[in-house]
Amino acid sequence: MSRVRVLIGTRKGAFVATSDGKRERWDVSGPYFGGWEIYHVKGSPADPNRLYASQSSSWFGQVIQRSNDGGTTWEPTGNKFLYDGPTGTHLWYDGTPHPWAFARVWHLEPSPVDPDIVYAGVEDAALFRSNDGGQTWHELPGLRTHESAGSWQPGAGGMCLHTIVLDPARPGRIFIAISAAGVFRSDDDAKTWRPMNRGLRSEQIPNPTAEVGHCVHRIAMHRSRPGVLFMQKHWDVMRSDDAGESWREVSGNLPSDFGFPIDVHAHEPETIYVVPIKSDSEHYPPDGKLRVYRSRTGGNEWEALTRGLPQRDCYVNVLRDAMAVDALDPCGVYFGTSGGQVYVSPDAGDNWAPIVQHLPAVVAVEVQTLP
Amino acid sequence: MIVRVVLPQHLRTLAQVNGELKLEIEGGATQRSVLDALEARYPMLRGTIRDQVTQQRRAFVRVFACEQDLSNESPDAPLPDAVATGAEPLLVVGAMAGG
Repeated sequence: MSRVRVLIGTRKGAFVATSDGKRERWDVSGPYFGGWEIYHVKGSPADPNRLYASQSSSWFGQVIQRSNDGGTTWEPTGNKFLYDGPTGTHLWYDGTPHPWAFARVWHLEPSPVDPDIVYAGVEDAALFRSNDGGQTWHELPGLRTHESAGSWQPGAGGMCLHTIVLDPARPGRIFIAISAAGVFRSDDDAKTWRPMNRGLRSEQIPNPTAEVGHCVHRIAMHRSRPGVLFMQKHWDVMRSDDAGESWREVSGNLPSDFGFPIDVHAHEPETIYVVPIKSDSEHYPPDGKLRVYRSRTGGNEWEALTRGLPQRDCYVNVLRDAMAVDALDPCGVYFGTSGGQVYVSPDAGDNWAPIVQHLPAVVAVEVQTLP
Repeated sequence: MIVRVVLPQHLRTLAQVNGELKLEIEGGATQRSVLDALEARYPMLRGTIRDQVTQQRRAFVRVFACEQDLSNESPDAPLPDAVATGAEPLLVVGAMAGG
């Protein structure tokens, strides 16, 4: 019978939760790296026992951890993230030029075919790759040296490259998203990049339809249809049917179209999930009700999923990397909150239950489906 | 010479060591020579105390010895005799920060 392993990053350490295919009873281990911020933990699709974790702290900087046994034991690997060549400047909050400076790794994206290849999205925004299991890292500088880079500005959380989507059907095609620059796509294995923000509208920037400058929070793809992308923007839920060349809004009847995560059902490419948040300053669900919204039509028509979730006095947030789906049937959906709860729905969102309720604030949730 | 070094708990965990470290130092004992020896023996500590390129101390890491704050001393200044002789340890400390 299949099993699932949930990889949880929090503000004060990592946790691993495991269950059988019923996803009713959970064993939780951790904290790993207690006291450190764990921005992301992700497993290799090519070798599920190979895990990578981004561990950082204001005191001691960035560490990358690797496990070869599914998270039971870990070893620190390379943590030297050097920008390749002159770093140049981007815009600071006050509009002045600011030199690029590495702060942390937000997202780790292992290759689908080689467990030793892993991409890292970092703050200040840049894309790195390791070809040796995280021992050494080299920047793929075509993105950071894009002609628009001098105009990029940080979002409230820093100028982070937080989303990396590798096209499973077209090797060499990579989508990334940066707050607050937007989506970029490379078709030549990260050598050159094009902004992919046509159709986005952001009233918070001087030109609401500018080519770059949008605060994209998350993009998601179903691997069977890599030309279709879904986006949770600062405000607005968007969709592209042409691999990011253009976007249209699909917020429809959502109670708020502000939010952070977005994900796609494992077996139904038109079924998507978001967690509406009241506003960009009120980072909690509308009306104190924690509701996941599901669309079975690829957007526009949304239904609230509430069974098992708190429907009063709930004021938590769900961050951009804190939602995931498993590959079982029915598809399991998972998310973690700033209040330290991790919820699972073993039936595609109809019913929810907590896996664990009192962790430090959850930053990232990933799930692995194991044989 | 042998210099004694005390790391903060998080770095002891990262380096998988317990208690005080004893490091063999070639030449004079300075902050730089001690940290060079520390990072050579425990490569996972590279970048956690000082920047890997500029070698600048991380802002929230302090260096104490003999009840003195040596954090802002030159990294090439000789350490106090009591540290160089092993009578007193060099303390690497996570600064009080974060409330």
